[in-house]
Amino acid sequence: MTAIQPHLPILIVLLPLAAALVSAFFRRGAGAWALAMGVSALLPWMAGTMLWTVVRSGEPLSYALGGWAPPWGIEYRVDVLNAFVLTLVTAVGAVIMPYARRSVAREVHEHQQAWFYTMYLLCLTGLLGIAVTGDAFNAFVFLEISSLSTYVLIALGRDRRAVLSSFQYLIMGTIGATFYVIGIGLLYLVTGTLNMADLGARLGPAYATYPRPVLTALAFVVVGVCLKLALFPLHVWLPGAYASAPSVATTFLAGTATKVALYLLVRLLFTVFGIGITFRALPMTAVLLVLAVAGMVLASFSAAMQRDAKRLLAYSSVAQIGYVTFGIGLANANGLTGGLVHLANHAVIKTTLFLALGAVYYRIGSVRLEHLAGIGRVMPWTMATFVVGGLGLIGVPGTAGFISKWYLALGAIDAGLWPLAFVLVITSFLAVVYVGRVVEVAYFHEPSGPARDATDPPWSMLVSMLAAAGATIYFGFDTRATAEVAGMAARLLLGGRE
Amino acid sequence: MRLDVLLRIGAKLVLPFILLFALYVHFHGEYGPGGGFQAGVIIAAAVILYAIVFGMAAAERAVPVRWLERMIPAGVLIYLSAGVPALFTGRRFLDYSALGADAAVGHARGILWIETGVLITVASTMIAIFYAFAGRGRS
Amino acid sequence: MKSFQTFVETYNYLVTVFLMVAGLYVVIARGNMIKKLIGLSLFQTSVYLLYLAPAKIDGGTAPILDAAYTVYSNPLPHVLILTAIVVGVATLALGLALVVRVHEAYGTIDEDEIFAESEEP
Repeated sequence: MTAIQPHLPILIVLLPLAAALVSAFFRRGAGAWALAMGVSALLPWMAGTMLWTVVRSGEPLSYALGGWAPPWGIEYRVDVLNAFVLTLVTAVGAVIMPYARRSVAREVHEHQQAWFYTMYLLCLTGLLGIAVTGDAFNAFVFLEISSLSTYVLIALGRDRRAVLSSFQYLIMGTIGATFYVIGIGLLYLVTGTLNMADLGARLGPAYATYPRPVLTALAFVVVGVCLKLALFPLHVWLPGAYASAPSVATTFLAGTATKVALYLLVRLLFTVFGIGITFRALPMTAVLLVLAVAGMVLASFSAAMQRDAKRLLAYSSVAQIGYVTFGIGLANANGLTGGLVHLANHAVIKTTLFLALGAVYYRIGSVRLEHLAGIGRVMPWTMATFVVGGLGLIGVPGTAGFISKWYLALGAIDAGLWPLAFVLVITSFLAVVYVGRVVEVAYFHEPSGPARDATDPPWSMLVSMLAAAGATIYFGFDTRATAEVAGMAARLLLGGRE
Repeated sequence: MRLDVLLRIGAKLVLPFILLFALYVHFHGEYGPGGGFQAGVIIAAAVILYAIVFGMAAAERAVPVRWLERMIPAGVLIYLSAGVPALFTGRRFLDYSALGADAAVGHARGILWIETGVLITVASTMIAIFYAFAGRGRS
Repeated sequence: MKSFQTFVETYNYLVTVFLMVAGLYVVIARGNMIKKLIGLSLFQTSVYLLYLAPAKIDGGTAPILDAAYTVYSNPLPHVLILTAIVVGVATLALGLALVVRVHEAYGTIDEDEIFAESEEP
């Protein structure tokens, strides 16, 4: 173990990548699933070890790829923030994998199942790479690895709209990634370095000499990353993509892809550009807060009007991403802590919800609200986990969602923005509306049509759902792993550079 | 005399030189413009030329799709395996100095090794893309 | 003549911006999916130019170490753009594969026609 430990930053990317390549040799889904399951079970331990090390020592882990010292070479740098995100992504992947065996076998064509797992592992590689790297261009490469595999994952859905949604996401996602590259190019021209920590050190003086390229770079980079994290109004690709992708793909993406993009945004705003340039030279707080609140309110309304449960949850995701961006925009200790905590809590909550919906699809082949009548009575465990997730979404005390909203409200009050704290509460009521629509149909109607013969899904799927629902409740009480670590990360980001 | 005789004979004469040029570009990647990606694309262009002149069936006999599906991940695995010896000697991943007696030899070997992986993957991917599109019948 | 001098000095950036905006316009303004992909490629090409043109340093020679030279052109942007080109090729190939599938599923590749006939969500 001590021989492996210094190499953990590279191994956490190498393992899923090698597994993806080996998985491409499999012909049938079962073997590929076993490989993905094995790798997904190992990864959280690696990420957790790094998190433990960084929290105990307070020093970031630095890994110089190829033996070339930073800033000349590519550096993988793990501090509290990345370790937090790495642990989150690997944990979500590990929880979903047992569930995937049956769900993928049901939803993806026989001859494409092994490819599904290959793309899944590649997407995991990309997301973990973004989280672990300390080089801005390396982040772009991993961003595109994860994006391209996401486009394929979405297109593997059975509905013909899956290909269309995947194409729309491809166009918007590529524009976003290219905007990011333009921004990084401008930064490279001004400072001569691509290493994130080094850029952080050099951008202050560079801004004094060349203000316009630096601000232009900030604008490009923020728009590019916000396209990836589906901030309103750049969220247009998300509902279609989540609704038509296979259930496992939707669950994985909802729990990880936007979270890693949010991490990238935080890293860029606070470590690379620094608070001085981001929040004082530009009205970034105002921009982020306006867009976040608009997203929260408008997406919640859209969610309440949907007739397909997956689309409803997709719009809900846009609203929740608004919450995290709200916390980031506030840029004070409580706000940033709230944003980062919600990043983790929302991943757990959405995983619970989408896993439950996927189980319903597994049994009855549809997730339209009219087909869900009475499903709560015939699939009790499934809908129980859905209710737990829904309570988390609303922010009921005793679930993880309450913790994040608490910190966000405190942050809004700290910044003197009382009205926005009220907006947080109001949007929670909107969540009651759209969660309530599903719960009402599921419990208070008679089972009809295909729902009549449904039962709870097999054990392999129930295990994942119960684990996710359990985590939703657990993190509402024991916040050491989420809120305390997020608080440490927030203090690190805010106290870093002025 | 069939009208495509010139094309068929010309292609047969030129193809070996195209492949040779691809290998030249590959091996001289350290000293001049070139490398694995460029060489891979030239090899793919040679196979595509063969497919255009002699037809998809002949091309698929020469370069079967099964091979391609296996060569794509194999090339990347070759690339990654170049970095593994460094891990066993206590150095960082992809540190080429672990591949030879001294750093210069190690780096030369390392670059050639990874570029070979890139060559295999890029050539197979480009040919596979061509097969995927050209193999669809006229609708 | 000052404006002409500025024009010549910033010529590569002007071309970059022109290609960027032209590419984005094609993506937004054209409904045909293949035209959108072409616009996307055009947009990505402008980014390559943004990186490569400043890589040539005034008075710099090819970046091969030699005792006779002190100023070398910067090879790093070329390496970065090689990566970006490969990413662009992969995206284009994937996009075209998706267009073929959309054509099989919907019978058309014009986004406006598809939205007109598609089911409501």
